[in-house]
Amino acid sequence: MFGHAPEIPVFPGAMTAPLRLAPLAPMGVALTLVARRLIARHPGLIARLGEHGDKRFAIDPTDLPLTLLMHPHPTHTRITLYRRPPEADARIAGPLAGLLGLVHGAYDGDALFFSRDLVIEGDTSAALALRNAIDDAELDLGAEIAALAGPFGAVLAPLIAAMQRVSGVALTRVEGGMA
Amino acid sequence: MMELVCPAGTPAALRAAVEAGAHAIYCGFADETNARNFPGLNFSREELADGIAFAHRHGAKVLVAINTFPAAGRQAVWHRAVADAEAAGADAVILADLGLVAHVAEAHPGLRRHLSVQAAAANPDVINFYAENFGVRRVVLPRVLTVAEITAINREIDVETEVFVFGGLCVMAEGRCSLSSYATGLSPNMNGVCSPPSHVVYAEEGETLAARLGGFTIQKAAKGAPAPYPTLCKGCFSSGGVTGHVFEDPASLDASELIPALAKAGVTALKIEGRQRSRAYVREVVRSFRAAVEAVDAGRPLPVGQLARLSEGQAATTGAYAKTWR
Ligand code: SF4
Repeated sequence: MFGHAPEIPVFPGAMTAPLRLAPLAPMGVALTLVARRLIARHPGLIARLGEHGDKRFAIDPTDLPLTLLMHPHPTHTRITLYRRPPEADARIAGPLAGLLGLVHGAYDGDALFFSRDLVIEGDTSAALALRNAIDDAELDLGAEIAALAGPFGAVLAPLIAAMQRVSGVALTRVEGGMA
Repeated sequence: MMELVCPAGTPAALRAAVEAGAHAIYCGFADETNARNFPGLNFSREELADGIAFAHRHGAKVLVAINTFPAAGRQAVWHRAVADAEAAGADAVILADLGLVAHVAEAHPGLRRHLSVQAAAANPDVINFYAENFGVRRVVLPRVLTVAEITAINREIDVETEVFVFGGLCVMAEGRCSLSSYATGLSPNMNGVCSPPSHVVYAEEGETLAARLGGFTIQKAAKGAPAPYPTLCKGCFSSGGVTGHVFEDPASLDASELIPALAKAGVTALKIEGRQRSRAYVREVVRSFRAAVEAVDAGRPLPVGQLARLSEGQAATTGAYAKTWR
């Protein structure tokens, strides 16, 4: 949890299987919607990126055969999915469970980086700014997705919580730290 | 009880530190006035005011670090930072520059003044000078002193002392190191950044990860070895057929076992480094150290298991506190 690397759980194959097969374009559209909604509710995210607010970030979950390219914007953030890592200003790569744990405050970015669970390439400043902005925003992707699902949210939220319990992967915001 | 002074690089980390039991939080503005001027970190004026209100509601103090050295002709930026910190309700400002200390004593006499580690005040004469002339109430001691030296200093001064107990270690007398300037043109003293990320490039060279700063390779890590941040003083260099660390092997500070000795030495406050770390890290470290200072205050032994966990798996050192120099 501190200077040393936490044990990052493996994202269960059953949970990633749909992601492997799903068509990329509609998934990109859905993620773009989630991202725009998140940024509208956390304007501090863009403010904190400062001069890096217009950079393109490749987020590469190394255990999935896809990479997210995120181009942040106060109102028109875009996420596009690629099968191969695309050109970007900064690339942040790591196991999906580690990336989600970072977003949800379960892990410390420095610790994951030093242990090489997390790889940063390209513009180091931009990658650090993104990491710090996300840490400050106290995001909860599980809650956002459940909220987006409208009436299905009531079913989805406990399902996400159960998946988190079984897998050990931080799918929602963790307050006391996980490891 | 000894006061626990904890880092916050973001408002979320400030709240985490308060909730985990910090007595005081130190933080700075998102500009060159503070010595941790890293991308995505630090506070706007509004965030600082909100953070201070939050801390005060929970009985914690906020100390604002304005601890770089003002550039000649541009002092107004630093003066404004002090005025804004006072307006936001700061409990103290942490200063390094003699001119700025004098300005604050004159223009903001009611604002508590702490001397930053960046001022490198390491003997009773200089500490007393700051106290007598500028009303400095606390000095953060440089990380070059032994516990015996701290005890001796405390006997001869009338201001509070604060010492680092955990986190990254700057091996020089802070405020005096210009290594970073040589490689990047930017230094912690003038720009608030040592070995700034804007000049950092990581390159995969086959199995090896090379960490470069301003075009110089500072460190190479073999496959599986921990990734290095290319901080100049912690680099591994080859010269005259020898490859090794120039100053010391890089290790992070953990003086938790010395808390009872530091209390006996008359130290008022214990400082945790890490404004660049996540809220998760801050919460865990603060929680553990709060338990430790409570134990020491109650005359109980340190909660060993808990503190041992902090440095598990990483090289830890008690720094200069218990050091015999080579
Ligand atoms: S190079 Fe090392 S000793 Fe010098 S300021 Fe940076 S961290 Fe401190």
